[in-house]
Amino acid sequence: MSEIVKKNLSEIIDLIKKKEIKSEELANLYIDKVNKSKKLNSYITTCFEHTIQKSKEFDKKPNLNTLLPGVPLAVKDLFCTNGFKTTAGSKMLENFIPQYESTVTENLWKEGAILLGKLNCDEYAMGSSNETSYFGNVINPIAKDTVPGGSSGGSASALAADLTPATIGTDTGGSIRQPASFTGTVGLKPTYGLCSRWGIVAFASSLDQAGPMTKSVKDCSIMLEAMAGFDKKDSTSIEKKKENYSKNLKTDIKGLKIGIPKEYRVENMPKEIDELWNKGKSILKDLGADIIDISLPHTKYALPTYYIVAPAEASSNLARYDGVKYGYRSSKGNDLIEMYENTRSEGFGDEVKRRILIGTYVLSSGYYDAYYLKAQKVRQLIKKDFDENFGKVDAILTPSTPSSAFKIGEKTNDPISMYLNDIFTVPVNLAGLPAISVPAGLDKKGYPLGLQLIGKTLDEQNILNVAYAFEKNCNFKNEIKNWWL
Amino acid sequence: MSIDKDKIKHISKLARISIDSKKSNSLAKDLTSIFKFIEQLNELNTDKVEPLSSILNTPLRSREDQINDGKIRNKILENSPKKNEEFFVVPKVIE
Repeated sequence: MSEIVKKNLSEIIDLIKKKEIKSEELANLYIDKVNKSKKLNSYITTCFEHTIQKSKEFDKKPNLNTLLPGVPLAVKDLFCTNGFKTTAGSKMLENFIPQYESTVTENLWKEGAILLGKLNCDEYAMGSSNETSYFGNVINPIAKDTVPGGSSGGSASALAADLTPATIGTDTGGSIRQPASFTGTVGLKPTYGLCSRWGIVAFASSLDQAGPMTKSVKDCSIMLEAMAGFDKKDSTSIEKKKENYSKNLKTDIKGLKIGIPKEYRVENMPKEIDELWNKGKSILKDLGADIIDISLPHTKYALPTYYIVAPAEASSNLARYDGVKYGYRSSKGNDLIEMYENTRSEGFGDEVKRRILIGTYVLSSGYYDAYYLKAQKVRQLIKKDFDENFGKVDAILTPSTPSSAFKIGEKTNDPISMYLNDIFTVPVNLAGLPAISVPAGLDKKGYPLGLQLIGKTLDEQNILNVAYAFEKNCNFKNEIKNWWL
Repeated sequence: MSIDKDKIKHISKLARISIDSKKSNSLAKDLTSIFKFIEQLNELNTDKVEPLSSILNTPLRSREDQINDGKIRNKILENSPKKNEEFFVVPKVIE
């Protein structure tokens, strides 16, 4: 197996720029490994003919003045790709071929990247283990009986297994950061509004954000630079100048104030995670940062709030799947209403149905104030917690997840225990803030664990810098043994 | 809040999802435990708190009501599970 596929994105870009490898050669190396890695089930769709054709076109007339020159990339199957199946991990969209391109993927292609395929994910991005996908479980390359996390589980698995040099996911409550933590990779959820939501299959519109998943912090800055930007087609897109995250990346974090929220030390958290958190603090302290204890008192209410807001928005967004305009349609039913009911019953999986029902209930007449309005008020309190502390600190350091990767099937019968996976990631989505998960160490099983850095609104550069400095001093090494080949 | 089979029937009707009676028992159990979890929010007094509906401080941008695409009928019909010439086809609605 070629060693080149193991390289970081930034190293691969250098090879192409120095003309040490052609785009087509590179594409073939990834295609070869993807073909030999079907056991991981990280890809739903491949489009290798397209990849080769585009890479040949690139090699004929290489434009090296782009961020991702001739780089093959696979993306989460939640981004609409013009002419290529986009399933959202659902039977409902099994045969859906978008007639348009999502803004974020369009931005990647404009920067020279080439589509390699579409990556598995939890159905409609609802899940924390990639076990709700209609297209089957994804395996974590760390160990064959473990989940890669979710919902961007296929993205994390493919990245860690060297089946794509970098990728993108979406994060509604932790769907980029939790799988990044479970696979020893870097994942960033940007400020709400930094990356366009146009052309992304919608889950919860006030929380959804697309973001990069990469093997290094530098790679993360390159990908974020390529995908971010104002888009008039998304009414919540933030109008601002593009930033050069990769050029401005620096390791000098002297004098930065890093907050440590006491509420993130939860009951029954494995000792190893606490130790890792302490290790993170001491690394940043040695680099000249000030470590400051802070309090985010409403942290414990973030998950209950999320499980009202997200299903409510999902029930509204997913009302569009009626079997008429696109997607699956049941052949059963005597009239229009029965056709709708059977289509939605057969087309959606159990977790999606569960969330649609929760959302429908909390928005229904007589319950709206007690649930939905209450949740919006608590969301305000959670945001205020952050606002007040960001007067005192520049970034916040927490663990990314309350455990390392768990076994397939371990949590599927207990929705609450599954939901608790996102306990450290959800508050950030509710507050619309940027956060990055960086690999920090291995537990005693040898499974990776990540630390999360939370930043102020639009302060991506700052958390990238802190993560970059941390990465350089942490000496984390992912131990993936290619056991599936 | 305890969710029983009748409530499941009511919500699934609103959500236009048919649920068979075998499934509705386990769904009722799951939803009951989820609502118990959600109801932790009742510990908080939020009488004087403004609800937060959007994270952005600015109002949603609106655009001029102008046609800027058009002539994409075939594209729109492309993914329809059942169509007839330029129409989406649905089961008979009027007798």
